[in-house]
Amino acid sequence: MNEEKFKFRSRMRALTDNSVTALSILATVIVVAPLVAIFVYLVYKGASSLNLDFFTQIPKPVGETGGGMANAIWGSALLLLLASTIGVPVGIGGGIFLAEYGRGTKLANAVRFTADVLNGVPSIVMGVAVYALIVKAHIPFLPFTGHFSGFSGGVALGIMMIPTVCRTTEEMLLMVPHAVREAALGLGVPNWRSVLSITVKTASPGIITGCMLAFARVAGETAPLIFTALGNSFWSSNLNQPIAALPLQIYVYALSPYDDWHRLAWAGALVLIVLIVLAVSLVRYVTSRGVLKGAS
Amino acid sequence: MGVGIEVTNLNAWYGTNHTLQDINLNIPANHATALIGPSGCGKSTFVRCLNRMHETNPIARVTGTVRIGDLDIYVDAKPVEIRRRVGMVFQRPNPFPTMSIYDNVASGLKLNGYSNRRALDEIVEKSLKNSALWDEVKDDLKKKSGASLSGGQQQRLCIARALAVDPEVLLMDEPASALDPVSTSKIEDLIFQLKSQYTIVIVTHNMQQAARVAEKTGFFLNGRMVEFDSTHKIFTNPSDKRTEDYITGRFG
Amino acid sequence: MTRIRFQQSLDELKENLLVMAGLAEQAIQRAIEAYRVRDLSICDLVTRSENSINRLERDIDQAALDLLAMEQPMAIDLRFILSVIKINADLERVGDAAKAISDRVRNMEQMAVADLPVDIPRMATLATEMVRKSLQAFIEGDADLARTVLTMDDAVDAMNRAAYKALTKVMEEQSHIAPQALNALMISRALERVADHATNIAGDVIFWVQGADVRHHKSLAKQMEREAKQLEREKEKEKEGNVAG
Repeated sequence: MNEEKFKFRSRMRALTDNSVTALSILATVIVVAPLVAIFVYLVYKGASSLNLDFFTQIPKPVGETGGGMANAIWGSALLLLLASTIGVPVGIGGGIFLAEYGRGTKLANAVRFTADVLNGVPSIVMGVAVYALIVKAHIPFLPFTGHFSGFSGGVALGIMMIPTVCRTTEEMLLMVPHAVREAALGLGVPNWRSVLSITVKTASPGIITGCMLAFARVAGETAPLIFTALGNSFWSSNLNQPIAALPLQIYVYALSPYDDWHRLAWAGALVLIVLIVLAVSLVRYVTSRGVLKGAS
Repeated sequence: MGVGIEVTNLNAWYGTNHTLQDINLNIPANHATALIGPSGCGKSTFVRCLNRMHETNPIARVTGTVRIGDLDIYVDAKPVEIRRRVGMVFQRPNPFPTMSIYDNVASGLKLNGYSNRRALDEIVEKSLKNSALWDEVKDDLKKKSGASLSGGQQQRLCIARALAVDPEVLLMDEPASALDPVSTSKIEDLIFQLKSQYTIVIVTHNMQQAARVAEKTGFFLNGRMVEFDSTHKIFTNPSDKRTEDYITGRFG
Repeated sequence: MTRIRFQQSLDELKENLLVMAGLAEQAIQRAIEAYRVRDLSICDLVTRSENSINRLERDIDQAALDLLAMEQPMAIDLRFILSVIKINADLERVGDAAKAISDRVRNMEQMAVADLPVDIPRMATLATEMVRKSLQAFIEGDADLARTVLTMDDAVDAMNRAAYKALTKVMEEQSHIAPQALNALMISRALERVADHATNIAGDVIFWVQGADVRHHKSLAKQMEREAKQLEREKEKEKEGNVAG
């Protein structure tokens, strides 16, 4: 009697095990499928419009065929550079404060709360806020204010990066085992040095991931740029003027009535995704080499 | 060379918890002194008061005097300076995971601004030799990370790292409790050799270890030091009944 | 209480040692009784109990070794086990002494009863009293009682020396009863050894209970005195040498 019961239970257990495994695989497929579908569709729609012109020429005036989004790609690069310059140091600094210096203080709780709220602010609201603060306001001693500019776009994107970088940095720093910190302190290393050279360094893979997550997110943001960078049909490297950006350009072209521009929009979308993936992979590659070397 | 440690009326609190009460003792220079006692008796806290590591906990407070050599460590110097003269080895080996073996040993110096390459090479070699690890790692100094060694090797690496800054006192908080018997023996032999150059204080749960390496032993109980005497006396004929009960395992 | 099994092992060890002590005491008493009444059957009893004593000695030593190896005893436990091992050896020798006495009695069976100037029964009483007291001290862990045994040894030694003088005189002057005298001398020696073993046992009890090593204190004290005097003499010579030179 017992023997039979045991066999039955074993079979039921195996069955449950297999069905849950199958469900997990199914769930993964459901999640990944849209991603794959999007990418495939983009390739289908946009690949045909990709040529050298796309990467080297600026848009042609309405009515003319050809042209490219070179200025938009360049503009996006500049904007993201500015955004990173603002978002990464401030975010990492905030994360270090939250994890190492402000543990348990009211200030730290306030900072964390602020970061979380900032994270939830819709990107268009962010754009409007920066519009009001920088584009609209004429601040006498700040030359970048008072008009649409790449600078304001970069600021908007930078602010959006801060919460992600900050929270991720905090999490990663907290994951560094206490023993490692103690080892550094026990050697007579000052606290600030221990934090920077030991704790931050140990957590750096995770922190870099956090930065890249933030980067990937803002690289595709369009709404904040509408009221700040504005967009530019011409080649420009001047952040004190309106500047083109890839997502912005895609948006404008997609909504336009011109088929030509629709083509370019598809191509642009494809290029945007590919460039983000390339940028992230490049950072990963470079930093993984560096960590293994163990240079101090 | 090592220096003696003189502790007078040491009291320590963690918040409202009076962890150490009226500790008085003299730790002799160039000897190994063992501290034994049941869990929670305060021996680890005491040792951390000797290099002001307990201050890393914001609710910790200390009164009393600790003189290391002729330095009153709570009055005459800052924690960072003290910790360069009083090294510490922890219970679980904790090499820096992102650094190579070489960098681990040199970390105490490098992180304090020392950069003379040749001198560092010499110091690293000397420290690794002093901690009986040189022969096992001399070919992989810069290639292997500190965390890739076995447990016993990692602990010896941590000892080398502590020795590299040339302390006068070495504090060891249950250094062999996470290691196998062979590694433990190696560490104990090491302590024996190091005694002539440093003053060693070793906290241990393992009484046989205390008996094997230390000339003097202190028994802690409930935050007080019950008895402090030669190891021989403590383990063959202790003066205090509480000491005897602990040693013979007849607690409670 | 922790280490219950260990405590039980220690109690068992003590019990077994006391069984052995009982056998050794009984052997001595039987041997003396055999001497008093010249009964050979009692000698047989002594011989047979000798085997039990030897077997017990081995068992107790083995048990003690196991405890040392397996339980890592410290302080008082360590001293206890060490003293058990030593008392074990002393008790076995007491058994041997009993057998020696009974052998002498057997030897004297064929001889005529002689009137000898030695009070064997009184020596025996003293010696067995010492053994009993030292074992009592062991049972109760009484170091003071053990110290009283230490002082009794002198009396037995004196009696043995007197017996030696008297009996050698008898052997020279009354050679017809020389064999009896010789046997009596050997019995006296055996009793003196019993007293020595009782002294050792008492010393072991003091070591266990108080951690003090009281062995050879008299001879060691004498040695130290001699050395101190020697040192003084050398210092005097140096002084004289300096003055002269």
